[in-house]
Amino acid sequence: MALHIAKRLMRNRTTNEFIRNPTLGLYSSSDRTYSSSSSGLIPVTLFPGDGIGPEIAESVKQVFTAAEVPIEWEEHFVGTEVDPRTQSFVTWESLESVRRNKVGLKGPMATPIGKGHRSLNLTLRKELNLYANVRPCYSLPGYKTRYDDVNLVTIRENTEGEYSGLEHQVVRGVVESLKIITRQASLRVAEYAFYYAKAHGRDRVSAIHKANIMQKTDGLFLKCCREVAEKYPEIKYEEVVIDNCCMMLVKNPALFDVLVMPNLYGDIISDLCAGLIGGLGLTPSLNIGEGGIALAEAVHGSAPDIAGKNLANPTALLLSAVSMLHHLNLNEKGDKIQEAVLKTIAEGKYRTGDLGGSSTTTEFTKAIIDHL
Amino acid sequence: MATTTKRSIPLLKHLLRQTQTQTRPVTYMPRPGDGSPRTVTLIPGDGIGPLVTGAVEQVLDALHAPIIFEKFDVHGDMKTIPSEVLDSIKRNKVCLKGGLNTPMGGGVSSLNVQLRKELDLYASLVNCFNLPGLPTRHENVDIVVIRENTEGEYAGLEHEVVPGVVESLKVITKFCSERIAKYAFEYAYLNNRKTVTAVHKANIMKLADGLFLESCREIASKYPSIKYNEIIVDNCCMQLVSKPEQFDVMVTPNLYGNLVANTAAGIAGGTGVMPGGNVGADHAVFEQGASAGNVGKQKIVDRKTANPVALLLSSAMMLRHLQFPSFADRLENSVKRVILEGKYRTKDLGGTSTTQEVVDAVISNLD
Repeated sequence: MALHIAKRLMRNRTTNEFIRNPTLGLYSSSDRTYSSSSSGLIPVTLFPGDGIGPEIAESVKQVFTAAEVPIEWEEHFVGTEVDPRTQSFVTWESLESVRRNKVGLKGPMATPIGKGHRSLNLTLRKELNLYANVRPCYSLPGYKTRYDDVNLVTIRENTEGEYSGLEHQVVRGVVESLKIITRQASLRVAEYAFYYAKAHGRDRVSAIHKANIMQKTDGLFLKCCREVAEKYPEIKYEEVVIDNCCMMLVKNPALFDVLVMPNLYGDIISDLCAGLIGGLGLTPSLNIGEGGIALAEAVHGSAPDIAGKNLANPTALLLSAVSMLHHLNLNEKGDKIQEAVLKTIAEGKYRTGDLGGSSTTTEFTKAIIDHL
Repeated sequence: MATTTKRSIPLLKHLLRQTQTQTRPVTYMPRPGDGSPRTVTLIPGDGIGPLVTGAVEQVLDALHAPIIFEKFDVHGDMKTIPSEVLDSIKRNKVCLKGGLNTPMGGGVSSLNVQLRKELDLYASLVNCFNLPGLPTRHENVDIVVIRENTEGEYAGLEHEVVPGVVESLKVITKFCSERIAKYAFEYAYLNNRKTVTAVHKANIMKLADGLFLESCREIASKYPSIKYNEIIVDNCCMQLVSKPEQFDVMVTPNLYGNLVANTAAGIAGGTGVMPGGNVGADHAVFEQGASAGNVGKQKIVDRKTANPVALLLSSAMMLRHLQFPSFADRLENSVKRVILEGKYRTKDLGGTSTTQEVVDAVISNLD
């Protein structure tokens, strides 16, 4: 287990020189001349969300304060009425805040049922142009699942593909749904995938597709990936058909490193990988938008049944916040917090209910702070 | 003294096995003339195809099964399936085939898909189950994935709108959704299965997958004794890797079915052992269950270490389809015994045997 963590730390350390390269300020937020406040703290937008959101957000804030991370939180809450400027419950001010700060952390949000407004996640995605969803999936040492050697990252194109929402009924009983693949979006996500692989010391990128059947659409996606692969000759590039990929993932997940895929496959594979390591309650996730915007989020639900009872597991939000720190180049702090979280879970003394223990959120948080 | 004990141990084992299988509760009563040989089209295919179909031929020969094979050479880089092959299948109604290699991105549509569309084989069935004696990470897996085989994302209707923007049409019709749902429930009813789960993504693709779900719900109301539930495809994959014992029969549209079948095959032992087939109103084509790896890599072809178990179990399904249940039982029992013993396993199951060694073991275990 210690070897596992050490390997990860070694990878992250070797990448700092690469990130200071100014031409890649496109993705990293290292040039922060536009948002320096007088105290040198980095402002980050925080959406606590609903249900267990506020509790786990509180947990994250406590851990960050204890670790002395130079971040100041700008909290925004989802409104109670529809904002006509955004057509959803997320207010225009919240969106402006994320656009200004370029970094955000989001807890679980439940979209209220009803018409006349867009889903909250959809609003954020469209308005902030979040084109890539990155999920690092690695086995948590000490939390035993059937798979112990998972260490991969899934990068999913988040804007087009099968989820364009363009459906119509041709005649009664016949429905058509359009899947759209564009060169621009595919290039964008492929560029980010290879940048991420290089920045985090990963040596292989696999493009997942079904181009033997969907020749033009997935063929275009593959063409774009190949073009970008040529610019990074030190990173190995391979293409895997999705059914092979699924089968290999459940048999031997250690075969994969970084996976880049279009929208639908990405959705399914990233959830499959989350299942391999223990579920959505433990999986971090980071959304990358145009202009270097990064919104880290917890992908689990808002769990209204345990809201307010101090039983929620803050691991997913904490690990997402860590990936946000890596994006901000605060690698040391990120690694420290990640180590503390992993050690706490590995020890097994303080675990919340979903991991099989009986601690409360506050006890778990305190254990993490003690391990820092 | 030593030599008699050496010889007596395998003899004792054989006798024990015989007493175990002697209690046969069912007598299959055939119609007069049912024993006459049936002709079956055989397509060896590409890659490991000829190896594994050869294995099936050998075993069926040893069983003296009333099957005559009509072999046809079809390769994945042909433009279309030759008409003589199609005529043969339409005549014989049953076909056994190895994998056909689909060249990547090259304007040639997959021959596997073409065959299914031509013969209107609208249901693809894969049975994923734990084989006793084969260690896997998941226990108690017994899933049948029934996948719509003709429309959905595999309609093949793609075009370039402007350079750099490509559209692909996913077509869902009530007609196809209804008939696959009917097949799934009928299968569950005939095979004493308790639950049918529909896999979809209707929260995003509301009209398309919504139509699929509507058809499933309608048919479900006609089978009140079978439980019906629905699950979103990403949650489904997550549940498959953590709690696969909750699934029984799953009915899915085309693309999700591909993913779910391969995932289920992977957790239950790998694509080398899962049987499957495609069936339509008039014809049936049996092949290796999961579509991944059915052509295999050149290394496996060269070393002759392809796993014949999947195609052997599929041919047992074919024998039952042709109403030769006793032969099917004997074949299946022998294969299961070989896997249980564990001495002859190909590389994908963790062993070192070649295809021929496994085939010989199966033949020697036939009773």
